[in-house]
Amino acid sequence: MPSRLINWFRFGSPQSFYPLAGRLVPWFTAIAVLTGAAGLWVGFFVAPTDAQQGEAYRIIFVHVPAAWMSMFLYVIMAFWAGVGLAFNTRLSAMMAHAIAPTGAMFTFLALWSGALWGRPTWGAYWVWDARLTSELVLFFLYLGYMALNAAIDDPRRADRAAAVLALVGVVNVPIIYFSVQWWNTLHQGASVSLTRAPSMAMTMLTGMLLMAIAFWMYGLAVVLARVRAIMLEREAHTDWARELKEVGQ
Amino acid sequence: MKPRHKRLAIIVSGVALLGIAVALVLNAFQSNLVFFFSPTQVEAGEAPRDRAFRIGGLVREGSVKRGQQGLIVTFVVTDTAKDIPVAYSGSLPDLFREGKGVVAQGRLGTDGVFRATEVLAKHDENYMPPDAQHAIDQAQKAQKTVKVP
Repeated sequence: MPSRLINWFRFGSPQSFYPLAGRLVPWFTAIAVLTGAAGLWVGFFVAPTDAQQGEAYRIIFVHVPAAWMSMFLYVIMAFWAGVGLAFNTRLSAMMAHAIAPTGAMFTFLALWSGALWGRPTWGAYWVWDARLTSELVLFFLYLGYMALNAAIDDPRRADRAAAVLALVGVVNVPIIYFSVQWWNTLHQGASVSLTRAPSMAMTMLTGMLLMAIAFWMYGLAVVLARVRAIMLEREAHTDWARELKEVGQ
Repeated sequence: MKPRHKRLAIIVSGVALLGIAVALVLNAFQSNLVFFFSPTQVEAGEAPRDRAFRIGGLVREGSVKRGQQGLIVTFVVTDTAKDIPVAYSGSLPDLFREGKGVVAQGRLGTDGVFRATEVLAKHDENYMPPDAQHAIDQAQKAQKTVKVP
């Protein structure tokens, strides 16, 4: 017998992952609500006005965490799609499937909040610079993934076709992230990165990171809730799904 | 090699090859992907002569002049090495300020004046409260006065 404490592969089966996800969702929801409320409070009432942009900069508290999530969720989605393609595991494809709508929502939020931020600061809602264009491409990749999944009736075939699209699209993520360094763009560079000190006041950073945690937790809660629904739908014929209390007869 | 390991190898190498292909394509299109040209690039003749393009840089301190009538405004865009005079008629964004970043779209006239049809403000990624900005400005001013030419 293996000596490790938790057998991770056990949770790779829908049967044991379904109740685990169900137990986790309320916790993630609670943390999302708490950190979201704290983040908005810091963002609106504690963080100081910006010397350059005045109050308009406050959209950063939604815009930057949403943009982070849009890229991060795509990588996770492509990862699970790739695992599903390589190992033919049932749950991986369902995870990828469950992430897509939330990722698309965050991408839309980043684009929309960015437009509302761009008008008062740059003087334009939209410009075709490398950062904005590549983020728009990300949005279309999410939509394309969902459309392809929905267009093929056989779920296993749909998983495989959509997984290839997700994996092809993953090259766009580093392009989005590094676009502001590689090319001249109207979009400013990153204020927060792993390699150097953040170029923003401490309270502003605190508010932004709280919002980032809130978006993470929201993402986890929604994706797990959605993957539970997908599991029930796809595994409806199995004994474990039929025996669930909530399914009923 | 198990079939699933083979599939994994195919996927990983496929994504890697695709990444290399995209990197090569982007490298080839490098010059078309820039959102704006700097004054140095324009002087070197890298910007298109016969069609509209964008220039970007800083608005030189003390160069903004507003016309007698209407909304005509002239200013100088600099990247500290080269300067380009810009003429523009229209409303400017709130963040348009001397010493700050700007991106202007338009055509370069034969007289060397860039006639802009659109002016956008480019701000940096630094966010700080006004008193912190004030302290930095004061420190820079002090540094300038201390420096002996």
